[in-house]
Amino acid sequence: MKLPFSRRAGFILAGVALVAAFVWVVVRSGPLAPVRVTVTHVARADLAPMLFGIGVVEARRSYLVGPTTAGRVRQVAVDVGDAVRAGQLLAEMDPVDLDQRLASTVAAAARAKNAVDTAAAQLADSIARREVAAANARRYDDLGQKGFVSSSVTEGKSQELKSAEAQFSGAEAALAGARQDLARLNAERDGAQQQRANLRLLAPADGVVTARDAEPGSTVVAGQAVLRLVAADSLWIKLRLDQNRSAGLQVGLPAEIVLRSRPNQVLAGKVARIEMLSDSVTEERIAQVSFDVSPKDVSVGEMSEITLRLPGVKQALALPNAALRLRGGKTGVWVHAADTLSFVAVRAGTSGADGAVQILDGLKEGDAVIVHSERDLVEDSRIKVVSAIAEK
Amino acid sequence: MISLAGRDILHSWGKFVLTGMGLGLLIGATLTMAGVYRGMVDDAKVLLTNSGADIWVVQKDTQGPYAEASSIRDDAYRGVLGLPGVAQAASVTYLTMQVRHGDTDERTMVVGFEPGQPGEPAYLLAGRRLSRGHYEAIADVKTGFRLGERIRIRRHDYEVVGLTRRMVSSGGDPMVFIPLKDAQEAQFLKDNDAIISDRARTAGNPGLNRPGVPGLLDAVNAAQTINHSVNAVLVKVGAGDTAETVAQDIRRWKHLQAYTRAQMEEILIAKLIATSAKQIGMFLVILTIVSAAIVAFIIYTMTLGKIREIAVLKLIGTRNRSIAGMILQQAMGLGLIGFVVGKISATIWAPAFPKYVLLETADAMRAFAIVMVVCALASTLAIRAALKVDPATAIGG
Repeated sequence: MKLPFSRRAGFILAGVALVAAFVWVVVRSGPLAPVRVTVTHVARADLAPMLFGIGVVEARRSYLVGPTTAGRVRQVAVDVGDAVRAGQLLAEMDPVDLDQRLASTVAAAARAKNAVDTAAAQLADSIARREVAAANARRYDDLGQKGFVSSSVTEGKSQELKSAEAQFSGAEAALAGARQDLARLNAERDGAQQQRANLRLLAPADGVVTARDAEPGSTVVAGQAVLRLVAADSLWIKLRLDQNRSAGLQVGLPAEIVLRSRPNQVLAGKVARIEMLSDSVTEERIAQVSFDVSPKDVSVGEMSEITLRLPGVKQALALPNAALRLRGGKTGVWVHAADTLSFVAVRAGTSGADGAVQILDGLKEGDAVIVHSERDLVEDSRIKVVSAIAEK
Repeated sequence: MISLAGRDILHSWGKFVLTGMGLGLLIGATLTMAGVYRGMVDDAKVLLTNSGADIWVVQKDTQGPYAEASSIRDDAYRGVLGLPGVAQAASVTYLTMQVRHGDTDERTMVVGFEPGQPGEPAYLLAGRRLSRGHYEAIADVKTGFRLGERIRIRRHDYEVVGLTRRMVSSGGDPMVFIPLKDAQEAQFLKDNDAIISDRARTAGNPGLNRPGVPGLLDAVNAAQTINHSVNAVLVKVGAGDTAETVAQDIRRWKHLQAYTRAQMEEILIAKLIATSAKQIGMFLVILTIVSAAIVAFIIYTMTLGKIREIAVLKLIGTRNRSIAGMILQQAMGLGLIGFVVGKISATIWAPAFPKYVLLETADAMRAFAIVMVVCALASTLAIRAALKVDPATAIGG
């Protein structure tokens, strides 16, 4: 019996197909399968490093307005969001009996002024009396020398003159005393007025009211805020930068500010101040970034993202940072040369914003280096170079 | 000498190959089940490998960070770094959460890591590593995210700058890597309503809101919102020190729990995935038994279907050995085709599974041996039946 040719051929074909599929499966998966990788060449490029941090909008100048002694709030004249001018009345504390004390000192001062007038009149009176006494004493002295009157009368008149002079001195002293009293009571009155004025809480500078912490009727202690103000033109951003990504931070660096309320708008600014103290708990450095042009309607406390551009490195040997691998405690790259893989330790320098990293030594221009790979590589990995691994 | 088996197979090769294919699909299913089991174990192992650590430092008396919750202060790593034998130490956080992707949710494990430290993905499939300290992410390709897409995690959007592969949690959820500080915030930050009601609660507490002490309430509120916790510290041991001695130092002096790689593997494989792995393993055993039984029945019925032809062979004086050989060869051939088809089909459909299916070569070898043994055993049944046949049946007796 001879089998028809087609039957035999079909069987062989099926067998060959099966074997081919099996071989394909074995080669494509499992330990024999090649690792797909992408390769790039070390090239010179300009690196533009950047620092990135988040910050909070703050006011450079903010004011807590409150009484200097404990008391009750009588009136609050402004509300949150009001713009106020320097010297404007913001709130007033309850004076309790201060008005009455002021009236009492005013009255006492007025009375002292009257006392001065009385003393002045008494002085004038004593002057007149002294003049009459002096004239009489002179006259009786002449008469006494001529022997018209007895010496006892002359002595009596002379004693009257001395008495008048003493009265004059007394009146003079009384006037001075009354004047001093007047000055004292005037000062007391002024002091009471000052105290009364101190209960009126005035704006220390132009600004915007940000908080109204106490309402009329509530009692506050000395130093507690009734109102809070910020100077609206003094807004800046308190920037926090991770310490390990803060090298190169300096005053004057241009900053790109993106506020959370307007994520598509980049505002220009610059680093205005760098704080000496960094936060040791969060391991962050703190700097202040000011706006070049103060934006309108920005809220204090708003979160923002800050990008600082550092002076770049020109024409440095560079690689994508995805090429750097950690192997046996060393940072390095897989170099692909003559179909073999070798791990070469490198020293990385500045990192660019786009993920490129400067290679200080270990590689030379033109070396082919593995960037992406499907699996972790070892020396004898079989690799297949492709243009991109992830499907688009 | 002519090959009886070969002639017989060639005679009805279509039927033979189709039977082999059916058998193959069954073997493929069994191989896949083994792959699912291996994949499960492998998920746990790659989690440990990818973290790049020799020692996991976690909260005292816990088996964190994967099997149990663990929370330690984020400055704990500094103390660990000061111990002899520690080359690198870095804080990490792990948070399993649903991440929105288009209209669907992806179940992912969000990992907070410090760039350049243990915990960072070892290799990338595409894109670059993080170059900013905030709001950038590297995603496992299984999450379905692409380069340039934005991931929303809690309150912030993260831009996907790199893709990686086989970075999964012990449960097989793909990972998303974000900077540690952002992850700490994502993990411990409450939602706004909770924060506001907490503030109100604090303000209502007369002990914390005293009229005579301005600023106390603000200070208490500030203290409540700050959180400096992480889940674990990953430690790399320097050359010349064993992980166990360093781990002992940490346990003794830092009052933290420290696990070496072997202990962590024990926790993950023997404890965390033990039940589900056993479940799959049980199913695998049953599937293997069922497959063996089906192979035996197929060969037996195949032989019974040829009983007349065998009687004819006997009638013309063919030796028993030749007949037995024919049946054995056919059974082996069927097994071979079945295995090859099974291996191919398993390899083809394995990537379509949502979780990782690991087809190990050793498993395939083992399966091949089992298939051949089962086929040989099954053929003995058929051979017994064939040899007992009365040659008279050939002529209708």
